[in-house]
Order: sequence, then structure tokens, then C-alpha cells
Amino acid sequence: MKHVAIAALAAVLMGGVAHADTIKVGVVGPFSGPFALQGKNFKAGIDAYMALNGNTVGDDTIEVIYRDIPSADPAQSKALSQELVVKEGVQYLAGFYFTPDAMAATPLLEQANVPMVVMNAATSAIVTKSPYVVRTSFTTWQTSTPIAKVAFDGGTRKVISVVSDYGPGVDAEAAFKAGFEAAGGEIVEAIRMPLQTNDFSPIMQRIKDSGAEGVFAFLPSGPTTLGFVKAFNENGLKAGGVKFFAPGDLTQESDLPALGEAALGLTTTFHYAVSHDSAENKSFVEAAGKAIGDPAELSFPAVGAYDGMHVIYKMIEATGGEPDAAKAVEAVKGLSWESPRGPVTIDAESRHITQNIYLREVAKADDGTYYNKEVQTFEKQGDPGLAAAK
Amino acid sequence: MQTVFSIGVDALAYGMVLFVISIGLSVTMGLMRVVNLAHGAFAMIGGYIASYAARDLGLAYAFAVLLAVFGTILIAIPVERLLYRRIYGQPELTQVLMTIGITFCVIGIANYVFGPTLKTIPTPESLRAPVSLGFRTVSAHRLFVIACGAAVALGLWYFIERTAFGVKLRASVDNAAMAAALGVKTEVVYAVSFAVAVGLAAFGGVVGAELLPIEPYYALRYMVTFLVVVSVGGAGSIPGALAACLLLGAIDTTGRYLMPEFGEFFFYLAVIAIVWIFPRGLAGRAK
Repeated sequence: MKHVAIAALAAVLMGGVAHADTIKVGVVGPFSGPFALQGKNFKAGIDAYMALNGNTVGDDTIEVIYRDIPSADPAQSKALSQELVVKEGVQYLAGFYFTPDAMAATPLLEQANVPMVVMNAATSAIVTKSPYVVRTSFTTWQTSTPIAKVAFDGGTRKVISVVSDYGPGVDAEAAFKAGFEAAGGEIVEAIRMPLQTNDFSPIMQRIKDSGAEGVFAFLPSGPTTLGFVKAFNENGLKAGGVKFFAPGDLTQESDLPALGEAALGLTTTFHYAVSHDSAENKSFVEAAGKAIGDPAELSFPAVGAYDGMHVIYKMIEATGGEPDAAKAVEAVKGLSWESPRGPVTIDAESRHITQNIYLREVAKADDGTYYNKEVQTFEKQGDPGLAAAK
Repeated sequence: MQTVFSIGVDALAYGMVLFVISIGLSVTMGLMRVVNLAHGAFAMIGGYIASYAARDLGLAYAFAVLLAVFGTILIAIPVERLLYRRIYGQPELTQVLMTIGITFCVIGIANYVFGPTLKTIPTPESLRAPVSLGFRTVSAHRLFVIACGAAVALGLWYFIERTAFGVKLRASVDNAAMAAALGVKTEVVYAVSFAVAVGLAAFGGVVGAELLPIEPYYALRYMVTFLVVVSVGGAGSIPGALAACLLLGAIDTTGRYLMPEFGEFFFYLAVIAIVWIFPRGLAGRAK
């Protein structure tokens, strides 16, 4: 079956090369279900890029085809990616919100001669699975390492780490531990909470009993962060002077209206804040806000998708629209540009994005809304996760 | 010792939240014999109405709660007349299919109308302040939820066990044909108890929103927990549901404090043990 599929694919590609004037990009992401908001952000970022840069490269027209995976489902991801390549004849695969989904589709790339641009999935190892993977988002290691330095420099020496018990949570724990202990701090305890936790009061009691001066937290963005931050305040930890450190997943812009007052003053490190002050970001936010409908729903996956499209456009430019994955990936290695999040580069060796990581504080704007205010910049951060895995 | 008290307070509060949200389901499943998987959807509708009333219209919290309860009942009346009335007394599989279908429709509509983001219900200043219990602080909202749970338990017990309507309800449940022959309007009895159950769901959705935030997938996300409470307590029994909530709340909270990495292991271990010893739940009646 597989051979038939590949033969069919080869036939399609060979027949299509000579007159290829429509280049298809297949985007896999959560467009319905509990994570639909993040999929919506993918689409907003892609629409924004095409609105600002047109839908043609040279004389080729770009067409984006979307495929929906409501929650992490590797088998379905592989099936949909294969369908995109074989039936739709896409020249590029992109999107992928969850790590397992991205991992599952990587074995197809070399056989199909298709590059993959990961627009979100944040586990370091994905880029090692195939030489045709390029990532324009971030890794949990990349965003969690700087906060350890912030914590130590702020005078905190004893920290308790509290993370959700799943892949990215464990990554965040390891990244913070490595950074904080290297600086000379001490992790007094490391707690892993089940993903389905609704009531965080017992966890807060644990934090209190541990005698730590600060807490490092990681939870997936969404409903649980609200409960966690509220419990932190209500159980008297904030009032008791316990410091709060986390990567920016916890204070993503679309959750801030709900978090509101409770999140005020939280410090997080992340690669992108919608409030980032630059001309590129201003035009991006305007275009993406228009694409998504309600600008308050705009969040970080949009910028990953926007830059992902930039990379794909550059690949198409380099190959002249011919399907040549190796040449396409080679062309973007070391590529630098000014992204809405700041200056970025595709690292030639890892094919992961090197970017600024910002320390932000949740602040209240004049119109009563809450936003992440960037207060410090860590320039040109690579991915420490790959080095740690070696 | 302080820690023990502290966990006790957390367990009580969590148990009461579970109770307020799940008791409506216990009524539909135990007294009306309908496996209502759309219970979470009604709780979510209540939450959305309260959120809209308090946040967007700026109404007082108490008024928003009332609006949520009666608004949800108003929405539920045509649903009961058109859909639920057909599945009373039907096999359980039919009921499950119908109500899960309603749930998915409600999720889709909520997503379309209110969007996928979290919605909060702003509580008044008096409920937001932390209250000191001497050995620790706890939010006033938790104490409010505990009080609500106690009030609901007492009120519902009185309604079912001590009023004339309660007698008719129990009669209709045990033998609908005989009750009808004796002049009980069973259709009205069912409609009223359905309204009460839906109202309780909405009330639970609103007061429990601090722990279980309102978003479109609320309707499915917490449904397993609600069903567990009902089956452990024994469908239709108020003391049973109360005991189940307090017990499961205590086990879950203690487990999460002592060994968080075990996840919900202790919660479900307790569920297995209880259902093994009491197959009909703690206070379930034999059929």
C-alpha cells in the first residue's frame, strides 16, 4: 500500500512539475475542539502574512489547505499528513500544535520530498527527527531557561518547582533546574501535578510547607492556569511574599482577560508578547487581529505561523516552485529577518529559530485591559534543550 | 496538625463544589431514571448567563445567579417538551445517545456565540477577600460555596421527603402508571423535577466557576467527575451524594497534597473500592 502511495505521489509530482503554477501548503492543527483557539491563531497568522505579502511568489500562486486534529493524536496526524501529500499534492507541510503530532509526521518527509515547518510544537527533539524539519516557534527549554537567571539575580535562592505532569512540563522543570542550579540556587522540591487538576489548594499548601522563597510553575495555557493563579493568591502565598516565576504560556494574551487582577505583577519569560513595540509587530497585530475577528483572542501561535509562512515563501523563492525539499531547507539555513517578535535567525545547524526572549510583567493598560509588558531582553537565545539532550 | 486542618478545609470546600454541581444529575438519574449526559451543558449555560449578566451588563452577583438559574430553566423547558419527554422510560443507550448529542450541540453553539476563551463571573468584593481562620487564610468564596452546598442539601431533602410534591414525585418514579391512575399528573411532576434539576445544574455551574472555569468544553470536561459522584453516592439519594462528595473530596485533596505525582490514582482507586463493596453506591436503592 505504502509503495503504491509513493508511486502515485511520484507520478503526481513528476506530472505536476512542468506547469506548477499553484503551490499547495498543507497546515495541520487543532481547528475544532478544546484547542480551537490555538488553531484559529495559526490561521490568523497565515492569513495576516498572505494579506501583507500577497498570495504569489514569482508567478506561482500559494494555496493553503487546512486539516483538523482536535487534540494530540499522532496516528491521525500521520494519516492526514500523508493524505495531504498524496491526494492534495502539497509541497510543504506546516502547522503542528502538539509535539506528538509533529513527531508522527516526520518519517514521511524524506520519502515525499516535502519540508515541514513546525509553527508551534515545542519539544527540542523534533528537529532531530528529520533533516527536513524547520521550526519557527520556540522550545520550552528556550523560554524557561532565562527565568532561572531572573529568579537568581532577583535574590531568590530556594525555589520549589511545580509543573503539569506531561512532556513540556517535565522539559520546563529540567530547564529551570539546570539554569537555576548552575547559577547557584537550590531547588527544594519538584512537584508534578496531574493535568486534570481542578483544585490547587493542596498544592499551594505543599508550596507553603516547603519553605521555598519562590515558585517556578508550568501549566499548559487554558482553563487550569486560571485556577492555579487564583489559588496562589487566595491561599495567601502572594501576600506572604512568595515569588512567582513561569514561562509565558501561563499568561498568554487570550487568557489575560479572565485572569485579570489575579495575574497583575506576575513575571514570565517568553518569545512573544502581543504588546511588543515595533513597526513590524504593529502591522502584524493589525492584520492578524482583522483575520481572527476579535483581537483579544490573538496569542503566540499566530506569530509562529506568520514566521512559518515567511520561511515557506523564502523556500519557494529559492526552489523556483519546484519540489526540492533538500534545496528548500538548505536555502533557509542561517536566514535572518525582522519578525514581529524581534530579530530572528534560523540556526543553520539545528534548524530551530534563534530569537530574543523577553522578561515580561503583567500590567494594566490605561483602558483597563491587561497586557504583558516587556521589561528585559535576553538577546539571541538558541535552544539549550538540544545541548542538554546530548 | 495545622496541615491536617488546612487539608480538611480544602477537602470540605472541594467536596461541596462537587456536591452542588452533581446533585442535579443525581436527581435526574435517580428519580427520573434519565441518564442525562447533558447535565454539564446546562451547568455551562448557567455559567455563561451569569458571566454575561455580571461582566457585560454589570448586574449584581446575586441577581446574576438568579438570572442564570431561571434563564437556564427557561432554555430547558422547550428542550424537555420536545426531546427529553421522548426518552423517559427508554433504554439507557437511547438516552445516552440523545443527551450526548445535545451536549455536542450546546458546545458548538457556545463556541460560536461566546467564543473559545475562558469566561469569568466577577464576584462581589465581600466574596473575594481572603478570610483568616486562625491557622490559615481561605477565600470567602470557598466559605460561601460550603454554605451553598449545605443549603442545597437541606432544601432538597425537605422538598423531596417532606412536601406533598415530593410524595407525588416518589410515587411517579416508583410506578408511573399507578400514580397516574390515582390522579397524579405525572407529566407535570416530571417537568417540574426536570426544571429543578436543571436549575441546580445552573446554580452549581455559577458558584463552582472559580474551580471549574466556564469555557465551551466545560460541558464534557467535567462530566466524568459528575457521573462518578452520582454512581458512588447512589443515584437519587441526597445523603448518599453528600457523603460521596465529602469522601471523594477528602481522598482527592489528601492524595494531591501527599503524592501529587500519582495523579488521580487515589481518587479512582477509592471509586473502584466503593463501587465494588456497594454496587449501587453508598446509599443506592435496590431496583
